[in-house]
Amino acid sequence: MNHEELLYAETHEWLHLAEQDGDKIATIGISAFAVEALTDLVYIQLPEVGQKVSVGKSFGEVESVKAVSDLYSPIEGEVIEVNESLANDLEALSTDPYGKGWVAKIKLTDEGGLANLMDIDSYRKQCSDD
Amino acid sequence: MTYFFNTPQQQKEMCEVIGIQDVDELFSQIPAEFRLTGDLQLPAAMGELELTQHMTGLAAKNYPAGQNVCFLGAGSYDHFIPATVDAIASRSEFYTSYTPYQPEVSQGNLQATFEYQSLICQLTGMEVSNASLYDGGSAVAEAVLMCLSATRRYGKVVTVGSVHPEYRQTTATYLQNLETELVTVPTPGGTAAPEQIAAVVDDTTACVLIQHPNFFGCLEEVEAIAQIAHDHGALLVQSFDPISLGLLKRPADLGADVAVAEGQSLGTPMQFGGPYLGILACREKFVRRMPGRIVGQTEDRHGRRCWVLTLQTREQHIRREKATSNICTNQGLFALRASVYLATMGPKGLKETATLSMQKAHYAAECLSNTSRLEPAFAQPFFKEFVVRDENGQVQQLLNAAQQQGILAGVSLGKWFPELSDCFLVTVTEKRTKSEIDQLTACLGSVNSPSEILHA
Amino acid sequence: MRNRLATKLLFELSQPDREGSQLPPCDVPEQKIEDIFPTSACAASPPELPELSEPDVVRHYTNLSTLNMSVDTHFYPLGSCTMKYNPKRNERLAALPGFSDLHPFQAEETIQGMLQLLYELQQMLAEISGLPAVSLQPAAGAHGELTALMVAAAYFRDNNQKRTKVLAPDSAHGTNPASAAMAGFETIAIKSLPNGYVDMQDLNNKLDDQVGVLMITNPNTLGLFESQIGQIVNAVHERGGLVYLDGANMNAILGMTRPGDFGADMMHFNPHKTFSGPHGGGGPGAGPICVVDFLQPYLPIPSVVHDKDLYRLNFDQPKSIGQVRSFFGNVGVLVRAYAYIRTHGPDGLKQVAQNAVLNANYMLSRVRHILPVPQGNRCMHEFVATASQLKNDKGISAMDIAKRLLDFGFHAPTVYFPATVPESIMIEPTETESRATLDAFTETLFRITDEPSELLHEAPHSTWISRPNEVQAARQPVTRWKPAG
Repeated sequence: MNHEELLYAETHEWLHLAEQDGDKIATIGISAFAVEALTDLVYIQLPEVGQKVSVGKSFGEVESVKAVSDLYSPIEGEVIEVNESLANDLEALSTDPYGKGWVAKIKLTDEGGLANLMDIDSYRKQCSDD
Repeated sequence: MTYFFNTPQQQKEMCEVIGIQDVDELFSQIPAEFRLTGDLQLPAAMGELELTQHMTGLAAKNYPAGQNVCFLGAGSYDHFIPATVDAIASRSEFYTSYTPYQPEVSQGNLQATFEYQSLICQLTGMEVSNASLYDGGSAVAEAVLMCLSATRRYGKVVTVGSVHPEYRQTTATYLQNLETELVTVPTPGGTAAPEQIAAVVDDTTACVLIQHPNFFGCLEEVEAIAQIAHDHGALLVQSFDPISLGLLKRPADLGADVAVAEGQSLGTPMQFGGPYLGILACREKFVRRMPGRIVGQTEDRHGRRCWVLTLQTREQHIRREKATSNICTNQGLFALRASVYLATMGPKGLKETATLSMQKAHYAAECLSNTSRLEPAFAQPFFKEFVVRDENGQVQQLLNAAQQQGILAGVSLGKWFPELSDCFLVTVTEKRTKSEIDQLTACLGSVNSPSEILHA
Repeated sequence: MRNRLATKLLFELSQPDREGSQLPPCDVPEQKIEDIFPTSACAASPPELPELSEPDVVRHYTNLSTLNMSVDTHFYPLGSCTMKYNPKRNERLAALPGFSDLHPFQAEETIQGMLQLLYELQQMLAEISGLPAVSLQPAAGAHGELTALMVAAAYFRDNNQKRTKVLAPDSAHGTNPASAAMAGFETIAIKSLPNGYVDMQDLNNKLDDQVGVLMITNPNTLGLFESQIGQIVNAVHERGGLVYLDGANMNAILGMTRPGDFGADMMHFNPHKTFSGPHGGGGPGAGPICVVDFLQPYLPIPSVVHDKDLYRLNFDQPKSIGQVRSFFGNVGVLVRAYAYIRTHGPDGLKQVAQNAVLNANYMLSRVRHILPVPQGNRCMHEFVATASQLKNDKGISAMDIAKRLLDFGFHAPTVYFPATVPESIMIEPTETESRATLDAFTETLFRITDEPSELLHEAPHSTWISRPNEVQAARQPVTRWKPAG
């Protein structure tokens, strides 16, 4: 996935939107910037397939040795697929954050959240201000 | 004061370095209105000799069960403690150290805790053990809370009347501000009836909590009860007696998902109820829901095998209000005692301890039921304790009579079980001899009527 | 001297048929096990525990003990843990069979000395705290917090008040919010000001009629006495809330001020800290709580009462929250606390606070030019310095300093707590250390900060292990020894 074309949340999740059988499907992951800042991730708590998620609410967690960070959903919808392979390959989050490091696919039930997301330039600006 | 170093002269010099006139200035942060003007109303200080005499005097006013003929149990047991346990636990490198925040200077504690966890896994058949909790009662409550979060079911917890009443009470206390209902299935026959449990377990049930051997000493049908729980997607929490595992099947082999216990039997003196040792072990898949510390194996920068606190993101100092528990300490010194106990006893010693306790308990049960007014209250198979019913319903009279002869004969059950107010619980460990059991039998068998005692 | 064979596991030392115990022959007529237990209940063999001889066990653990630092062997300035000397007399007295061999369900007339001690301890803790009603039951500080919050919840329920929130400063120990959550409350953090005190404005903004309890540690986690405690307490009381005092830092104020006098409604003691109970490598502790009169009916059962020359356990308390654990409490720890308080008396306890605070301030004065203390030039029993400047200038972190101190025979201070101070180093010398020790520690700190940062990044250099890989431990947890195959 080309990270230049993705959308980003203030809380460092990225989102890729696609259409599939008339539904809007968002693939969500964690930005390279965030993965690096979290250092040495040891565990990811994935959402469950079928779980309903809503804008700004936690739908998973990533842990380093001494910190836990929530993953916040940028949108409202239902989890249709999660990247189970991350459990045994956390490295993918840092080696390929926009590809093999994807976290979950969510079928949108409301598009409201999309308006809050940033493009790559705005996101870069946020990161450099942080 | 014997424990201080600073002499008045040194205090003065230190004040100069700080740049103050006297120590009292340092307390100026405390608003004057809250400063204590007079002395605390406490007894005057005592030197070591005086204190020793005073406290030895207090100790002498007690009748130490562990030094006498003790048939008391009900969760606190008079098992033998090998000398190795005291020798190791009284090494001050163990008892005056603290939580291994700096693994480089805590490998002794960390390795000992890793070994404790391993021993508990071997004992229970479970895949993970934490570094211990406060005691059996709070371990049961924590196990129940763990099941709520593991199943994400907050509706109901099912337990049975044959679980230690104080463990049930503790669990009820822990649940009283949460939404979860605690349903207790009565056990009038001394054990839980699986079909009665099946009648209340449903798809909102997080777990079924049983004890095996149970509070009355009886064996439960653990496998059948585990099946009922699992059929509804609920977990089985089994409170067990560590000594019993010298003979009985391990909780994991019976289908339990979480095994909890009071670990006092493993080398900790009874000391009027605490500190004891809360054991909690479970299946691997629940490890991130576990309360308390966990020690893990790793390597240092030279590639040496070593041990550290791990999976700490579960804990309060990192996850705060979302932590799996608020517990901060474990019972390190008592986990150590349990490890030294198990290492000293070995598989053979544990089996012999269990066997002796069981044989002697059965001998005692038989002797007591041959007396004129006593009979076993329950017909179920039991391990090392059993409930005796007094046909005259004068439990206190019997216990008092025994006490007159220096025998602590049992624990009366009326305060927890009104329907068993004519009953008491007798416990027999490997420490009791045939002659002590015969003495108990003779004593209880010779108490004939209330009037006789009153005029004795 | 360290034995290089010491770190084999018990299981690796095991040899088939080796025995460390010998039980007596059975002296009662034996029954067959199959006549006693159903076969389905019996294990085919006992659990696979290690098979060791007694010398195996003793040498193994004795050697392990030498891999620990401890209060008896080293200066242990672990902030917020109060690692003071553990008097030997307390150990001997607590081990008297008249205390240690009592069964929790013995008849009251056989434990009058024990009950008297516990009764007197209740009274002494009430006096020291200024809060009249006491429960000795909780097993640790965090357990005391939980118990007191349950007491508060029961009180509100009984008075038909729906209060769902607990406030605690952001610098509070993690047990505060965790205990609140377990007691069914929602926790809300109150901001601290840069000077370490509670932000009154933030407190006032967050105080409403749903706040049940404000939890506050005073002296706080930064080692400061909240001088606005009077206003804080009033603000909470005005909205009908209760104030909980986390007594973790009572060592600083024994006999100088009392939580009850500055307005706390509930508090816990940490007898393993304040009253010198040994920390046992991580426990046991105890967490007795003291509360105001009107909360007394909700305390756990039983308490010890004294009537007509007899001490007894009182279970007759209909509004009690019930028991929070089995049996009476961590009596062994309480016996030591009793011995400690009786040893010191009123004047001695005051001297504890004075010397603890003097030692901490002396150390602060000596180190602050190297390790600045953002919250000021004075402290109570501990202070929080920061290595931020050192990190920027020389690349030396708080962790580096902590690890290098170990090489010089000092236990490290607490680092990276509280998180509100960057690169924090929390030092609590306690009253049972000499000026010479404090000076030696300070000189070592100076020396370390002059050392090359590369040397420090790999410290410690003299310990058996160095910088264990915690990431590996957490990624692929190995939490037990596994039998082969």
